[in-house]
Amino acid sequence: MTRMRITTAPELTRTLPEVDMSTSLGSFVLPDPVLTASGCAAAGRELDPFVDLSAIGAVVTKSIMLKPRSGRATPRMAETPSGMLNSIGLQGPGVDAFVEKDLAWLRQRGARAVVSIAGGSVDEYIRLATRLRAVDGISAIEVNISCPNVEDRGQVFACDPAAAAAVVHAVRRATQTAIPVLAKLSPDVTDIVAVARSVVDAGADGLSLINTLLGMVIDPVTMRPTLAGVTGGLSGPAIRPVAVRCVWQVHAEMPDVPILGMGGIRTGLDALEFILAGASAVSVGTVVFNDPSAPARVSHELDEALAERGFTRLADAVGYAHRAAEVVPGSAVAAAPTGDDAAESAGTEG
Amino acid sequence: MPPVQVKGEVLSMRRVGDYFALTLVAPGVAEQARPGHFVALAVGGPGSATLLRRAFSIYRVQERGVYGGTVEIIFAAHGAGTQWMSKLQPHDPVDVVGPVGRPFALPKETVSTTLVGGGYGSAPLFSLAEQLRSRGCRVDFVIGAATEAKLFGALEAKRMSQSVAITTEDGSVGERGRISDVLPGLLQRNESDVVYACGPMGMLRAVADIARAYGAHSQVAVEESMACGIGVCMTCVLPVIGEDGSTRMVRSCVEGPVFNGDSVRWDALGTVPADAIGAPVGGH
Repeated sequence: MTRMRITTAPELTRTLPEVDMSTSLGSFVLPDPVLTASGCAAAGRELDPFVDLSAIGAVVTKSIMLKPRSGRATPRMAETPSGMLNSIGLQGPGVDAFVEKDLAWLRQRGARAVVSIAGGSVDEYIRLATRLRAVDGISAIEVNISCPNVEDRGQVFACDPAAAAAVVHAVRRATQTAIPVLAKLSPDVTDIVAVARSVVDAGADGLSLINTLLGMVIDPVTMRPTLAGVTGGLSGPAIRPVAVRCVWQVHAEMPDVPILGMGGIRTGLDALEFILAGASAVSVGTVVFNDPSAPARVSHELDEALAERGFTRLADAVGYAHRAAEVVPGSAVAAAPTGDDAAESAGTEG
Repeated sequence: MPPVQVKGEVLSMRRVGDYFALTLVAPGVAEQARPGHFVALAVGGPGSATLLRRAFSIYRVQERGVYGGTVEIIFAAHGAGTQWMSKLQPHDPVDVVGPVGRPFALPKETVSTTLVGGGYGSAPLFSLAEQLRSRGCRVDFVIGAATEAKLFGALEAKRMSQSVAITTEDGSVGERGRISDVLPGLLQRNESDVVYACGPMGMLRAVADIARAYGAHSQVAVEESMACGIGVCMTCVLPVIGEDGSTRMVRSCVEGPVFNGDSVRWDALGTVPADAIGAPVGGH
């Protein structure tokens, strides 16, 4: 598919409608629907040379824990087809240094900050949320629940609806009412809708979909696992269809719950898929490693893609793919494509 | 100055022994580059399935060529990304981020320096040698590789130094053996105050150890695999002792690639030392 370009050459100028790109995640109103993704932008500062951080939706900071943390040994990364595995181990400076240095810098820079928090126990999440309660300049809290629960034999919170709900409930209670709490869910579950329902019932104001998929690579030379941590999180365009499916399923069941969609978004058309599936905003993650200016570029491309499709408000496109198929007599366009021919003609390479 | 991201263009590509020398028109990168800086290239073209940036130290730059500033790098085509790079043709586009990293620190006084390059790791040492010589420093080179075809820049080294020692493991040229075999004698003879090195980690460790033993300061440019090159992915870390005496897992892309040889915990590479700040108790 060839993306249409808008050029300034007079003979090629197309008048496309202005698109209102503003959106919201609960009470958090964003002028732009493209955010960074936790763990893919550090705390924003490194992207400053490449992206106007105050213009994008928000900087979602790397998950912060209570104490400084070294992370795991290397190798921490393996490249995979259209993606990568990572096993960083939540390296970070601890919440106090994060608040004093990183958050202060983001505020001074005029960037909206969504703070991702991670813990090993419900109590740790509570202490983190309580520490952040007194801090200005936080637009939302994203709860990374894809962490092992030290009180439950390392069982990952996100994989157990009850444990996930316990964390979200505790963080919601400890956080200022005006600040939305987003729960970031793992796709490595049998029924993501059940987990989504559980955390929303526990007070989540919105959902971040999705975290990485657990994967692994074995080095054919050493014939041992490539990553020091053996397994790692798979991210990048390779996981995009899984992510779109999760957004679709959750939005279908809970259309009123705001979704921050993510998973392999590389282009504006990728972002559009998430919006059409039901996301109100999107995060650009791993692709930032490939293209540090991607958040701004994806926003621009999404704006163009919406305009080309006649949308004047991003909000009107949210969940648009869920509408009933229209049957227009004599037109093959409106009917849902089926079969091999349709699959081929729907090629997505830009 | 912060790095820039530019749509670069291939100016030329040539074979140098077992390596490739790629010159890119990359306006804004060349002008800021210092010896030891690197560039991070996107590989595979638009829609590439290989997403991670490939990092290369800068061999040399031309600030104002006919085509604008150019950057030249040396690479070996040993993986999917570098194989793609080896097939690039003049005018092909390449997305360039740079210059990135901390460059070599230059001495304030006129000291005696030995520059040590292993394989194509010698690439960033020639612009460094120029700067050292313009400051009146003595420059001696040690260039080593497995074979003659894997040596890089021996002739150039001769042109810009007091002496050049060459080692190859197969003895095809120079002394048979490794850099570490000849370095002690050279440091003594040249009365070197500072040793600058770039090459494989094992070589850097040996260089740092030898420099310390001979009372010389060492600066080493490390090679760690990176995903982004700009400090956001946290994959290229290694244990380094800070000025406060504490060990931290630091990013070689933005806090390196050049480190003081004495600050790297060579014995603990590939691990998180138990005394590192935030080290796991019972594993992360």
